[in-house]
Amino acid sequence: MSPTRRKIPVAACSGIGKSLGAAAREAAYVLTEDLRPEKTKVVALSLLVMGDEEARREIGGGAAVAIDGCKLECAAKGLACSGASKVHKIAVFDVIRRHRGLKPEGVCDLNEDGLKLARAAADEAAKIVDDIDGEGRDA
Amino acid sequence: MPDLPKKKVGLIACSGEELPEGTVTRRAVRKVLETLRPDDTVTLCLPLFLAGGEGERTFAKHYPTIAVDGCDKRCAARATEKYSAEPVASVVVADIAKECGCGAIGTARRLNVEGLRLAEAVAEKIAEETDRQLKKKPGGQAGKAAGDKR
Repeated sequence: MSPTRRKIPVAACSGIGKSLGAAAREAAYVLTEDLRPEKTKVVALSLLVMGDEEARREIGGGAAVAIDGCKLECAAKGLACSGASKVHKIAVFDVIRRHRGLKPEGVCDLNEDGLKLARAAADEAAKIVDDIDGEGRDA
Repeated sequence: MPDLPKKKVGLIACSGEELPEGTVTRRAVRKVLETLRPDDTVTLCLPLFLAGGEGERTFAKHYPTIAVDGCDKRCAARATEKYSAEPVASVVVADIAKECGCGAIGTARRLNVEGLRLAEAVAEKIAEETDRQLKKKPGGQAGKAAGDKR
């Protein structure tokens, strides 16, 4: 990735009522801080949807990654409404189906399974980020 | 009017993912919901609220809400006002941090000890506002407000 290329914006659902929402939020941090810090950046969903100009500039008509905790897909909707040209979706409720033994609990403090689920979601998101990056390089 | 829970206050946290103060809003609201005022509060999911969640918006139209924001952009308060009704109270973490004299509070991902202390202070403030709205005495005891049949 070129150092001048924009970082890929990542929005998480930030759901406050369920563990899967918390896992989505944690996954966004795992992705942007641990796995692909040089390629990605967290954007605040509430700022985006409230039309904050600086937050919308981060989207800038490019591809973005949404990590959602439930089927309502608030993060994906928020990115789509904020000008993302393409929204790549990670659905934590689907990720958990691929990791059936996990029983995430907690919201502010996810349990061990919750953190594992977040890592699994972030791993899937990292592959998407690499694909987006590859497409950009090939373009 | 739809069949809604009685005598509850809705708490709306901004949850701002970019700032540690956003994480403080989440922790503080959960503390009130789970420990301080579990019988008197519900949380409203701001992203869902913004994405058009009818249940959240209807609740906020008919019941008192407290917006808990991390910064002075006050997304939670503005969103509540825009889509439902003006919140009865607006708590801003950055303001309480100044009052508390908090130093660095950690990161959005992990609050440090100061951040956790700030979340406790914010939770206490939310609980006080909840009591005020439900006309309860400090500490969560029911008062003798008119119409309060609890």
